[in-house]
Amino acid sequence: MASKKTLYEKIWEQHAIHEESGKPSVIYIDLQLVHEVTSPQAFEGLRLAGRKVRRPDLTFATMDHNVPTQDRFNITDPISKQQIETLEQNCRDFGVKCFDLNSADQGVVHVMGPELGLTHPGKTIVCGDSHTSTHGAFGALAFGIGTSEVEHVLATQCLQQGKSKTMEVRINGKLKPGLTAKDIILGVIAQYGTDFATGYVIEYTGEAIRNLSMEERMTVCNMSIEAGARAGLIAPDETTFSYLKGREYCPQGEAWDKAVARWKELRTDEGAEYDTVVEFDADSLVPQVTWGTSPGMGTDITAVVPTPSEFPTENQRKAAEKALEYMDLKPGTKMSDIKIDRVFIGSCTNGRIEDLRAAAAVAKGYKVAEGVQAMVVPGSGRVKIQAEKEGLDQIFVEAGFEWRDAGCSMCLAMNPDFLLPGERCASTSNRNFEGRQGRDGRTHLVSPAMAAAAAVRGKFTDVRDWEFKQDAVTV
Amino acid sequence: MQMEAFVQHTGKVAPVDRVNVDTDAIIPKQFLKRIERTGFGQFLFYEWRFSQNGDVNPNFSLNQERYQGSSVLISRANFGCGSSREHAPWAILDYGFKVVIAPSFADIFYNNCFKNGILPIKLSEEQVEELFQRTEKHEGYELSVDLEAKKLTDAHGLDISFDLDEHRRQFLLQGLDDIGLTLKLGDQITAYEQQHQARLAHQA
Repeated sequence: MASKKTLYEKIWEQHAIHEESGKPSVIYIDLQLVHEVTSPQAFEGLRLAGRKVRRPDLTFATMDHNVPTQDRFNITDPISKQQIETLEQNCRDFGVKCFDLNSADQGVVHVMGPELGLTHPGKTIVCGDSHTSTHGAFGALAFGIGTSEVEHVLATQCLQQGKSKTMEVRINGKLKPGLTAKDIILGVIAQYGTDFATGYVIEYTGEAIRNLSMEERMTVCNMSIEAGARAGLIAPDETTFSYLKGREYCPQGEAWDKAVARWKELRTDEGAEYDTVVEFDADSLVPQVTWGTSPGMGTDITAVVPTPSEFPTENQRKAAEKALEYMDLKPGTKMSDIKIDRVFIGSCTNGRIEDLRAAAAVAKGYKVAEGVQAMVVPGSGRVKIQAEKEGLDQIFVEAGFEWRDAGCSMCLAMNPDFLLPGERCASTSNRNFEGRQGRDGRTHLVSPAMAAAAAVRGKFTDVRDWEFKQDAVTV
Repeated sequence: MQMEAFVQHTGKVAPVDRVNVDTDAIIPKQFLKRIERTGFGQFLFYEWRFSQNGDVNPNFSLNQERYQGSSVLISRANFGCGSSREHAPWAILDYGFKVVIAPSFADIFYNNCFKNGILPIKLSEEQVEELFQRTEKHEGYELSVDLEAKKLTDAHGLDISFDLDEHRRQFLLQGLDDIGLTLKLGDQITAYEQQHQARLAHQA
């Protein structure tokens, strides 16, 4: 009888092509996604060594980090422009398909891949970007790599990898109205810390996870890296298959049926053991808002800014003090009293159509508070087109939000969208590090609904108490 | 890429006394636009080293006279968390650091160090605290790293053994080209691709 295996172990075994004791395994990579920031040095490395891209057909590129979200062809920063043009040139030289600024499929690389149907259960997927963990929502083993490894995969379609330990993160219970996948993952990281999963691949399980849509699952897996994990996985099920069916790069007809039969085997066997198991209660979850400069520094909207001296270790106390100083917050301040200047709705965490629907539902019939600048940045060209078809853009524009083109935008401010020093932002992105959204900018991570509510009120607000205007789309 | 081998190193120690030093802090995103691997050292910890108008921040350790010319960096837990940008180790190396010591490292950053000939050493919280104290106490404090013996020593009697995966150690000691090593498995890769042809084929 075959031994009981976890989902991770099954995918690993299907891809390990060479194993030698005392050395990392060589695993086959089924898909590499490429963007403009972490790839130029990798292509240059190939050129210098006289190497080719082994499987251009398994390699797909787009530009996202540098792309302006207004007047996108007018890139005024010459080095941004050079980076984008370098990607175009590299893709031409090495025969890689690039969804460029003229393509409706261009977008944040982790929004683009799944919506084209490139992301499949059981695949190994890499990209020179830590949020590659997003694709784990489909039951793919997906993780971020550095530029040297981008070059390695381009040249060999393989990667040398040590096997990770396995961790089950079981999310029990049901989400209450107003609560989202973003609150789950922010809550998990606030409870367990930003490095509790270092060295592990997480598998998210439990009732609350099963009830999530594909887009919500992507939000959870996206932030696995913020817990330190190598990757985050969710076993594929009917939700996964119905999301993928009919997408451009998915099998069709008989091949589809065969693929689904294979994908159904991709779950952790009953009785298989994880190296670690942690649990989290979705029933008692309250909307989350971060107060500090690390994604683990978060709390309930109903709580107050914590007091550094109450943290258990010296390093935590020092980190909390530094964070509050940077964030200009006083211990004991109610989270719901914190006023904001800017709102950013978008990113590979929360820039998909369901995220925009949730934000629009809150915004509908309201106006952005005076003095607040709010923008909505669709994760891809396709998300933008779909949102416009549904009239979401009109809801946002009528409410006073700016409606932009697809890109990474203010998630990391490598483009014209950034915070000015001292500005405070409600952001649906994934990192609240110092300077992440602009030098001396202050980032609070929240869900799309919470971000929209903050835009309207000018301060953080418990979206569970929101009065939705008639005909609003349901959250 | 063929790397320079790392066998032994002795150098001055500089502290960055923070937990969760993220790669955005190590190399802020506005400096990621270069298409080369070199020249990033000038931007290392940029927003901690310089004020908004470009003035040197005298309070930040790396700007202090006593830490000039350092090549061993010590810091706290979860060093290198955040983005996968290899620009972070490129900046650390280009600035002059060959060794980074912390109680723990984020996964991708740790991996990226080895690809660039930087040795990241994990020690216990207590051992790292001891190094912070010694660095503070002795002006010009130096550490010697012997990768063959997996030992850290100083001129004041310190003698610490550290652990490192054997393959990673050999990788640094020999300055290996890992792409070259994988390419030697060409036949196995081809056989795998043939076996999985149907699965790897795209519809579009």
